[in-house]
Amino acid sequence: MERIKGKVYKFGDDINTDVIYPGKYLSITSDRAEMAKHCFETVYPEFMESAEPGNIIVAGRNFGCGSSREQAATCLKYFGISAVIADSFARIFYRNAINLGLPVIIAPGTARIVDHGDIVEIDFDQGYVKNCGTGKSARSSKLPDFVIGILSDGGLIAHLQKKLRAGKIRGG
Amino acid sequence: MTLAEKILARAAGIEQVKPQDVVTAQVDVAMSHENADVVLRAFREIGVERVWDPKRIVILFDHRVPAESEKTAATHQRIRQFVLQQGIKNFYDMKAGICHQILPEHGHSRPGEVMVGTDSHTTTHGAFGTFATGIGATEMAGVWATGELWFMVPESMRIKVHGTFREYVSAKDLILYIIGELGAAGADYRSVEFSGETISTLSVASRMVLTNLSMEMGAKVAFVIPDEKTIEYVQQRTDREFTPLTPDPDATYIQEIEVDVSSLTSMVACPHAVDNVKPVSEVAGTKINQALIGSCTNGRLEDLAVAAEILSGKTVSPEVRLLVIPASRSVYLQAMNKGYLEIFVKAGGLVLNPGCGPCLGAHQGLMAPGEVCISTTNRNFKGRMGSSESFIYLASPATVASSAVSGVIKAADGGAAA
Repeated sequence: MERIKGKVYKFGDDINTDVIYPGKYLSITSDRAEMAKHCFETVYPEFMESAEPGNIIVAGRNFGCGSSREQAATCLKYFGISAVIADSFARIFYRNAINLGLPVIIAPGTARIVDHGDIVEIDFDQGYVKNCGTGKSARSSKLPDFVIGILSDGGLIAHLQKKLRAGKIRGG
Repeated sequence: MTLAEKILARAAGIEQVKPQDVVTAQVDVAMSHENADVVLRAFREIGVERVWDPKRIVILFDHRVPAESEKTAATHQRIRQFVLQQGIKNFYDMKAGICHQILPEHGHSRPGEVMVGTDSHTTTHGAFGTFATGIGATEMAGVWATGELWFMVPESMRIKVHGTFREYVSAKDLILYIIGELGAAGADYRSVEFSGETISTLSVASRMVLTNLSMEMGAKVAFVIPDEKTIEYVQQRTDREFTPLTPDPDATYIQEIEVDVSSLTSMVACPHAVDNVKPVSEVAGTKINQALIGSCTNGRLEDLAVAAEILSGKTVSPEVRLLVIPASRSVYLQAMNKGYLEIFVKAGGLVLNPGCGPCLGAHQGLMAPGEVCISTTNRNFKGRMGSSESFIYLASPATVASSAVSGVIKAADGGAAA
């Protein structure tokens, strides 16, 4: 996969999906652009003011814990967040992000080597995250091949469409 | 192999699996609620016309019933049409109740099977020995299309519970205590097996409290090892054959914990994290504005029974709004027949229709800035139940009922440990 570079938007530990996408907007089920208007709205309203498309979120441990709401990954993706790097992720958010084609990178310690506003680069093939300003880096876990497959196809739907065309699912 | 390993191996059609293996497993039950609307949109994008097996899909409405907005009404409408079009018979419209009560009640939670649900608290069904876990909507669309899903085999941990609960101390206090000890990520990605003499004596409903809240320490799945109680409960509710599995005696656990509940007192998870757990005595006297009894954690008959016992002949503090939400229509009817609902209403409470209520902040009792709610639900995240300036304490039904009467947080067991 190609390297991704962007400006850091930083969060702490245990950022839950209620914080990422408030429950009151769960009635929005299809308008992804509308979902993208409510990222972190209740608890971190400054995000919508100061974050920019192309930013990379860097967080501590257990990012995305809580509810299974896919809108938490969808809103970030359609806001334009290009990747999320964390010490660890809660599993449902992690799977949701991959399925939507939002790269999620487990790279413990990244939050210690980057500050809010720094530029970082993610190298998927070599398995590291680098602070472009200081040159400091953190190792990232490599993604399994089939996960790379889903991400490279642009998410699970596109991946399944490809399989369907290849006759690998029966397609009712 | 542990229980998670055995179920995944069987569902993947292989002899042996170990933690970190990635397997493709056949799904036995696929559950969705209102977010089926997100699923069906993704399903249509894939381009498959029919779901893989309509008999294995269960859909119901619980998060926003009756519809609180036009948007939700349209969501319900689209799902009803889809269900008809696909011939999905296991559809429980808004009158049935909360998914994590409806599925067991109607025999969809079966030992030894694999269940996925587009709801994080799907871990609840592990109380029946089901490998049950939450997934996202897009992933569910893939399940609807193919009937299978990849899983990484989780590490397993075991929690052995001994001793007898003190009066008014319950499974909720136990699991809050455990989450407080282990932390919000203490069981991340893991399978948690509950066992020990105390667990065998617990009712099915109390077992569900443990597996439901295990999600809040990150568990992928949580189990109570199926026993006679499990088999009896499930057999009364399904015609389908099922083959329970139990862990091997030589199974490997990454962590083993022993808990003695004999000296456990009432516990509370304080704002704004489920692992911010303290004995109720440490926050006793905190003024409350709302008391909520219900949810997929604690809206079952035994929960309403203990609340009714405490509220019988009493009056809810005039400054407190007491909301009672039975977990299902069946629970509602039983509570009605037993006179519990009358007790709640006479005490000054408001009995709402079965469903998720205000737990996730959608409707039916949201909070204003500065307000405090004590609740039997499962999450107290900042802003979860309305204003980001409000405060949620999670506790047992007994503690919530007792606090509703007092107007301040108060344990029903007298509070502090001796």
